[in-house]
Parts: sequence; structure tokens; C-alpha cells
Amino acid sequence: MDQSAKIADIHKSIVKEQAAQERKRLMLNAGLLLLLLAAPFAIYPVFLMKILCFALFAVAFNLLFGFTGLLSFGHAAFLAAGGYTTGYLLSNYSGLSTELGIIAGTLAATFLGFGFALLSIRRQGIYFAMVTLALAQLVFFFFVQSEFTGGEDGMHGIPRGHLLGVIDLENNLSMYYFVLAVFIGCYLLVQRIVSSPYGQVLKAIKQNEPRAVSLGYNVDRYKVLAFVISAALAGLAGSMKSVVFQLASLNDAHWHMSGEVILMTLVGGMGTLLGPVIGATFVVNIEYHLSQGPLRDWVDPILGGVFVITVLAFRSGIVGEIQKFIRKNIG
Amino acid sequence: MSMIFGVPLAVLSGQLLIGIINGAFYALLSLGLAVIFGLLKIINFAHGAMYMLGAMVTVLMFNALGVNYWVALFMAPLLVGAFGVVIEYFLLRRIAGQDHIYSLLLTFGVALIIQGVLINWFGVSGLRYTMPDMFKGGINLGFMFMPYYRAWVIVAALLVCFGTWFVIEKTKLGAYLRAGTEDSQLMQGFGINVPLLISLTYGFGVALAAFAGVLAAPIYSVTPVMGSTTLIVVFAVVVIGGMGSIGGAIITGILMGVIEGLTKTFYPPASSAVIFLVMVLVLMFRPSGLFGKEA
Amino acid sequence: MTMMKKLLTSAIASTLMASGAQAAISNDTVKIGYLADMSGTYRDLAGPNGQSALEMAIADFGGSVKGKKIEIVSADDRNSPDTSSSTVRRWVENENVDMVAGMVASSVSIAVSKILEENDKLGIISGSAASSITNEHCTPNHIHYVYDTYPLANGTASAVVKEGGKSWYLLTADYAFGHSLESDVRRVVEANGGEVVGAIRHPFPTQDFSSFVLQAQASGADVVGLANAGADTTNAITTASEFGVTQSGQTLAALLLFLTDVHALGAQTAQGIQLTTGWYWDMNEETREWSDRFMDKTGVRPTMVHAGIYSSTIQYLKAVEATGSDDAQTVRKQMMDTPINDMFAKNGKIRIDGRMVHDMYLAEVKTPAESKNEWDLYKILRTIPAEESYRPLSESKCKLVNN
Repeated sequence: MDQSAKIADIHKSIVKEQAAQERKRLMLNAGLLLLLLAAPFAIYPVFLMKILCFALFAVAFNLLFGFTGLLSFGHAAFLAAGGYTTGYLLSNYSGLSTELGIIAGTLAATFLGFGFALLSIRRQGIYFAMVTLALAQLVFFFFVQSEFTGGEDGMHGIPRGHLLGVIDLENNLSMYYFVLAVFIGCYLLVQRIVSSPYGQVLKAIKQNEPRAVSLGYNVDRYKVLAFVISAALAGLAGSMKSVVFQLASLNDAHWHMSGEVILMTLVGGMGTLLGPVIGATFVVNIEYHLSQGPLRDWVDPILGGVFVITVLAFRSGIVGEIQKFIRKNIG
Repeated sequence: MSMIFGVPLAVLSGQLLIGIINGAFYALLSLGLAVIFGLLKIINFAHGAMYMLGAMVTVLMFNALGVNYWVALFMAPLLVGAFGVVIEYFLLRRIAGQDHIYSLLLTFGVALIIQGVLINWFGVSGLRYTMPDMFKGGINLGFMFMPYYRAWVIVAALLVCFGTWFVIEKTKLGAYLRAGTEDSQLMQGFGINVPLLISLTYGFGVALAAFAGVLAAPIYSVTPVMGSTTLIVVFAVVVIGGMGSIGGAIITGILMGVIEGLTKTFYPPASSAVIFLVMVLVLMFRPSGLFGKEA
Repeated sequence: MTMMKKLLTSAIASTLMASGAQAAISNDTVKIGYLADMSGTYRDLAGPNGQSALEMAIADFGGSVKGKKIEIVSADDRNSPDTSSSTVRRWVENENVDMVAGMVASSVSIAVSKILEENDKLGIISGSAASSITNEHCTPNHIHYVYDTYPLANGTASAVVKEGGKSWYLLTADYAFGHSLESDVRRVVEANGGEVVGAIRHPFPTQDFSSFVLQAQASGADVVGLANAGADTTNAITTASEFGVTQSGQTLAALLLFLTDVHALGAQTAQGIQLTTGWYWDMNEETREWSDRFMDKTGVRPTMVHAGIYSSTIQYLKAVEATGSDDAQTVRKQMMDTPINDMFAKNGKIRIDGRMVHDMYLAEVKTPAESKNEWDLYKILRTIPAEESYRPLSESKCKLVNN
């Protein structure tokens, strides 16, 4: 009698605590959403869109790196493939509504990602990183050579056009809310993937691939799918970026961009959902503000310093460290 | 004149020779990377920066103190090697035992810092360095004009490559090295200072890069950005050879020099991409590279 | 009567005020944004020293225009068109920047000029080489001041052909810039009775040119033309000198070579190379005087881009003073109407497409014996008149030109 009452008590308190936690999370998310909805009235919308595009790029990369344990050193290829495809189509087919251009760019990156995956997925660790790097270099070579990309001049004057043929995206606010909606959709999709049984298998592969194999999972197929989804989302980020800025350039295809997305993910916290978003916000901001401040000439060494400090002292990144802190002191 | 695929034989022989020279140069650069990865399991993305430092130090020592080429050939690798030891001691040591990927990210950061600081100090258009007088001129081989300096590059690079391979694979010192990095506790028990051994090995690896930098100083434009493109190519060479295989890096380096040289003759625009194409192909059929141990 | 007088004066006053508002200096400040590569491959062309040139211009102008202050903001463009366009958007939309100066990478210049056009502000591009900037990418909101690829190819190639260099072999950087330079050279060489016997497109960037130099030697052409830029050109020249290209009787012609490149190479390696430049520091008393002041400030001799930034800023401020306005179209029109006569250009003119056309100079790199110090590098062989140099408007694809 006494015992069962106690158990019921404990049970009740656990349920209560879970509910409280769930409430907290919901409130946090609602708060974030409100912040994002209000943001363009306080901060320049194009800059916010840049952050959102890079955040999506980092989220896509993190799905592969943070959750599956595959370090791709060639993700710039997908960003650029999406951007160039969308840019080319919107510039040359004036009737095309914007979302179709973006979908086409995403598809191009998806197919490219599938090709990359087929050639690289069996390689392990550093070999995987190097094969993706090599493939991305070949893609870069293709973009440099191609007439349609405009070479180092870049592709300029891409029209933003109309969403669904109706909503005028030349208006920065409507463009912003469109980008925000796509970003939130993708974020929720990744959240869903990670917590699904499929996501659990990916995590299992990351932790111990041989065991996942011996449990009977077709590991390669899981990895290819993760790679393709990651490439598709990276391409989507590139497509949106080209519409937002109305330009696409070789910078997006250069291997430094592949390095930058690693930095974003690492700084924010790899293997966490919010980490890449925070990381992208951080990196885009310091790059933007430093390049105009008194430390204008020192952006690269400072980014290098961020790399070094993160690897040495905060390997779990901003979000990871905060989680650790909460677990230690509050949980 | 006899022709091969529309290219005169004389031109082709010249291109092959050039390919071998460049190959020897790649071999030297890859060698340092392979030593560092093979023995320490560190993926050294700062290798390009160290190569650049070697060249920069050579020019700066000459400008400031009049240090000549031959002295620089020893001093520059020594200084850069010491710098490498410092980096190993203060930075890389702290992430020993972590995933290799972290060493890649850490050294990538270090490279960004070195390059960025030097750009601010010395600009990007390049520093002037004149070739030592004894190397001026060259010899006509009939099919091409061979500058003396290029002949020296191939001799110096191959000597250092072979010497390094010999020391690591065939001598007692090399055996200690390999054992020390494989089972450090056991070697520590034998009274060998393993941490020091590791620092010195990293220092030696980057000193090799710096040596290549000194060789490059008279023939390439010496700028803080000279290492960043070279780095990617050299990494490709090491991966094709099999990460960590020292002999593999040397042979692959020469092979890639030749392949690149032939591409420059038959289809020049692809000559920077061909190495990556080879890399993708090789890894499809041999996942651990040409000479790597199967994982 | 008094009533009448009052009415009249107020009417006059309001007309004056209205016209004053039209031709006023916005926010009582002329704000110039300086955008350039501060940390990458183009740093030495414009970079931090370009800002010094800009500051010199403002100081020489007196620090204010029509009693209004002149301010500078600056940023690193990181050679990235999207970073640059965020920066410039903020400048013109939130920080009231009236004019953007500097700009090197063509992708940056084109991206920035589109934003300036949207916001009707002015840009004066000094660093870029691409002639497309005032051709298919022209806008009514920018001016391309110092040089472009068209006169470079024109000046060097025609001069070399006329001196007997009939057959050419080209080493071309394999990207849009190299391709356009190559086609310009072909046109000029053939028009002057020469012939391009071969061309190699090398990857960008390339460190080792020995293979390409060897092929150029084997071609037996009179002239080896370098249709590339920056480190590619300096590497190619170093290698050519090592392999004895000039000793074996071939001429080297570099189509785009800056003073900083030649300085890096040194007279020993670069001697005898012919090139076209828009300006050289040691041409006359005026250029020397300015260059000495520049050197006191920065420690180096100015490139033509630095001089162009100085000159264009002075011209801009003069136009603001003359019109009493910092409105982009008013100022641009005034600048177009005023011939440029200063230490940078004699009788320079800004055309409707935004191209500033001025005399160019064919120069030859001095031999070590002729060169008195590390910056004493060129001798000017001849002046190429403005009208022979630049792309004529009749060939223009610019939307502002009625063809």
C-alpha cells in the first residue's frame, strides 16, 4: 500500500517533469519562431536570409557529419549546383515561377549527390572525406569551364520572380518569409528524420558500423540515402541563396566553402539539431562584422583561430557545451 | 620527325622529363604528409602552409641577413621543423587519441592563421628571390633545354625521399619510431621518451615540406598563398598512394607528375583535374589506395 | 506694396529652397564606401593602400566639400560577390553611403553595380580588368576608371606585331577573363598582319609552367603571349626566364602585368617584357610628386589602380562641389561633362557607358643595368592615344548606347 503509493507518486512526478520539459521546449520553440517572424523589422532582411541559407546548408551537412559520422569535404559542389541550376533556369525562362526553379536546382543537387554517394559511400573516414573532395574539385572544374556559369564573373541579375506565379518576391519581406518557411520545413524534416527509426539506424552506424552490419542492416543503403538527402538540402540552400542575392558565383563551389560549412557545424555543435543553425549564425556574423570593422584585414586568421579553439576546447560546440552544462548543473 | 598522337616525339620526351621533375617535387611534399599520417595518424592540413613557410623563410633570411641558398637549404627546414615541434607540443598533443578528423580541422585552422598573418605582413604579389649564380643557365639535351636548377631539384628531391624511406623502413631508429607510435606504453617502458619522439616526428615531417619550399623559392613566385592550392594536389597524391605508405607516396608522386605532364601536352585544360580523376578511379578499385594496407 | 514684396521674397525663397533640396548634399555628409580585397589574391592591387590613396584625395581636397564633411567607411570584399552585395546594400540603404570606390574581382564589381543601380547610387570601379563591366554589364550608376582588357590586348599586341613579332603562341588562363583576352589578342594580331600559330589553355591557377613553356618553345613562334594575370603571369615569366625563352630569340609579351608583379619578379627576371599600363609613377614631375607622398604613407610605390582611386575621388568631389549635390545621376553627368586633367590622365573622358577613356602607355621593363632602384622598373616606349585604346562605342553591347 505504502510502496505502491510511493511508486505512483514518483510516476506522477516524472510525468509532471516530462510535461514541464515538453512545455519548456514548446515555449522555447514558440519564442524562437516569434523572434524569427519579427526579426526582419529589426535586422536587414537580406542579411537574415543569408544566415538562413547558410543555416540550412549547415543543417544539411550535419545530417551527414553529425548524425551519420561521414565527413564530406565536398558539400560546396551541391550548394553551387543548386545555385547555378536555379539561376540559369530563372534567367533564361522568364515565365518560370520561382519555386519551380528552386525545385529544379534542388533536384540537380540531389542527382549529383546520388552520383557522389555511389562513388564514395564504401570508403571509410579520411578516404571518404578525400573522395568527396576530389569529386567536388571535378565539379568545380566543370563550373569554371562552363559558359553558362559566367566563369569568374559569376551569374548576375537572376530574377527573383513570383512565388506560385502570384507573390512578388522582389519585396524583401515576402522573400524573407518564403525563405523562413522553407527553412523551418527543412528543419522539421531533419528533426523528424533524426528521431525516426531510420535516424536511429544512422546513429547506430555512426557509433559502430560493424555492429549495425551484423544486426542485419544494409548499411550502405542507409548511408546513401542520408547522403542524398543531405545533398538535396544543401542544393536547396544554394538555390534559395541564388534567388535571394540574385547571383551565383564560383565562391560557392570552392573547397573553402566545404571547409566553412564544417566550421559552422563544429562551432555550433555537431550532432545536435540546433547546433548548425547557431554555428552558421555565428560564422556569418563574425565574417560580416569583422570585414567592416577595425580587424577588417584579419578575418581569415581569426576564423582559423576559431577553428583551433573549438577543436581544442569546445569540441561539442556552442549548443553541445550548453547541453552539457545544463545536464551537469540542472538535470 | 616522328609523331605520337600528333605530338612530336622530341616534345613528348621533354614533357616526360618535366613530368618526372615535377613528380619528384610532389613526392617530396607527399612524403612529409605520409610520414606524419603513417606514424602519428595526424592529417596535416597545415602542410601547404609549412611548404610556403619554407620558401618565405628562405627569401626573408636572404633579404634580412644575406643568408645564401645553401645555408637556407638547412636552416629553413630546421626553423620550420622547430615551429612544427611547437605546434605539436602546444596544440596537436591535446587532441591525441581523438578522431583523426579533429587533427585535420585543427591543422586547417593553423594553416588559415599562418597564411592570413603572412598576407598582412608581406602582401600577396610575391617576394623576389634570385637563383644562385651556379644554377643559372642549362644544357641543351637535343629534345629540350634543361635548366641546371631543374636537374638539381630532381637529384635533391630523390635523395631526400630515398634517405627518409631508408631511415624509417630499414634502420633501428625507424623501428623505434614505428614501434613507439604504435605501442607507446611498451616503448615508454623501454625508457624511450615517446612524447618527444612524436614531437620530433611531426617536426621532421613539416621540415620536409619546408625543404620543398626552399627548392621552390627560386623557380616559383613566393607568396603567402602558394601553399593552398598545392596542398590539395599533394593530398590527392598521398591518398592515391595509400595514406601513410611512405614508399607509396614517393612512387605515386612521381607517377602523378608524369600523368599531369602528359595531360598538359594532350589536353592542358584538364591538367589540374586529372589527379582528382585518378584518385576517384583508384579508390573505386582499391579503397586504401595503391600501396595502402586494406582497412 | 510691402505685402507684395513679402510675397515675392517668400516665393523666391521657396523656389531657391526647392532647387536647393534637389541639389543638396544628403544628410549633410558625402560618404564614400571603400570596398576592396584586403586579405586575398588581389590585396596588393588596391587593398589597404588603396584606402590610403582615397584618404589622400580627401585630404588634398580640403577635407570637406561645400562645407559638408566627407566620411569614409571601408570593408573587405573577401572576393565574394554575396558578401560584397550584403555590405554595399547596408551601406547605401542604411548608412547613406553616396559613392562606392575600389572593387577588384569582376564578380564583385558586377554584383555591386547592380545594387547601386537599384538604389541609384554611384560606383567608381578602379581595380577590375573585365571589359564586360562597361559592355554587357554596364549600368547608369557606375564608372570604370583605370583600365580594362581591351586596351591591354590592343596596346601590347599591336606594338609587338609592328616590331616584327608576326607569329604568336598564347598561354591563356582557362577562364572567362583569359578567353576574352585571348580573343582580343587574336583580333589585334590578325588585323596587324600577324598570325596566332597556337594557344594553350592552362588551368587557373597553375604553379608550374615548365610544360607549357616547353610547348611554346617547340612551336617556334616569334612571340609568347601571356593571356593570364597575377601569380600565373609571374610564375610563367619566371619559368620562361629559367628555360631561356628570350635567349632563344622569342619575345615575351605579358598582356596584364601590374607594377607589383614586376616588382616581385625583379628587373633581372622581367627585363625586356613589353606591357601596356594606364599609368606609371615615374612618368613626370606630377606623378613623381604624388608617388613620393604615397610612398611616405604606405612604404611602396603606387600601382595604376592606386593612382586611379586618388584621381577618381578628386574628380568625384569636384563634381559634387560644382553641382552642390551628391545625387548619383547629377554627379555622373557632371563628371562626364568635365574632361579629366590631372596627374593620372590627360584629357580623360567618361563615356556614356561609364568607361573612362584616356591615353595608355606601352612600357618595357628595364634591364638591371638601367634600373636604379627596386621600383625603377619601366621605360615608357610610347603613348597609345585614348581613341586607339578602348573599345569604340560602335562595338558596344551596353544598353545605354544606341547602336
